[in-house]
Amino acid sequence: MTGALLVAAGAAIGAPLRYLVDRAVGARYSGRFPWGTFAANVAGSLVLGMLTGATLAGAAGPGWQAFLGTGLCGALTTYSTFSFETLRLAESGARGLALANVSGTVVAGLAATYAGLGGASALLG
Amino acid sequence: MIATDGSGTPTGLPATLAAVSVGGVLGALARYAITLAWPSAPGTFPWATVIVNASGCLAIGAFLVVITEYRTAHPLLRPFAATGLLGGYTTFSAYCGDIVGLVAEGRPGQAIGYLALTALSAMAAVVCAAKGTRAVLGGRTR
Repeated sequence: MTGALLVAAGAAIGAPLRYLVDRAVGARYSGRFPWGTFAANVAGSLVLGMLTGATLAGAAGPGWQAFLGTGLCGALTTYSTFSFETLRLAESGARGLALANVSGTVVAGLAATYAGLGGASALLG
Repeated sequence: MIATDGSGTPTGLPATLAAVSVGGVLGALARYAITLAWPSAPGTFPWATVIVNASGCLAIGAFLVVITEYRTAHPLLRPFAATGLLGGYTTFSAYCGDIVGLVAEGRPGQAIGYLALTALSAMAAVVCAAKGTRAVLGGRTR
């Protein structure tokens, strides 16, 4: 039960944070590439990597995993909007951008996860 | 003070953020419940996250085609259901975390399989849902 409350508390912050990130990016960039969702996904992956590093170092327990990992990072990041925006790019004829969105988000997300993991391990390990 | 349109419907940033937040909580709790019911022990393939992400992509493909191509939705429905509920249900961070975890466990083959399976099933789901919805609803437009 406590786990569910922590997940809910994290998601209550993470989901509107993704909306605000997308809005802020959209206000500054008017191109076709969905940089807003890209930024939210990479940022959430970075934080999850940091949390994993902190967990491995013994500095974060299951409560942090539920609140920050499953709740906040889980809701800050998204696969559904990511896939729909990729579909929209492909349907509008921008197949190269669609492919770049998938490969770029995966590569940047993994790099961010490793960076967070390495950074937290170096600081706390 | 929440702004409203002419008919009293809440609009503006505070109402939108509240709708996204409530949807996000419900979506994240659904994802949490599925991963609790179907836990992936260390060293096993994270099927629950694959299913969560593919099913969320299936749902968003149908939902967004309906409300952008066929009917006018309440202004808070998209923030609640698409950005909040389905956005909070699906996750990209756990996807990356699972891949890194499989690599750390010495299972690079499974990591690559999981990476590709999630991406392909998610894209297949959103494409099938969008095309299927258009096939069912046909030329009817708003």
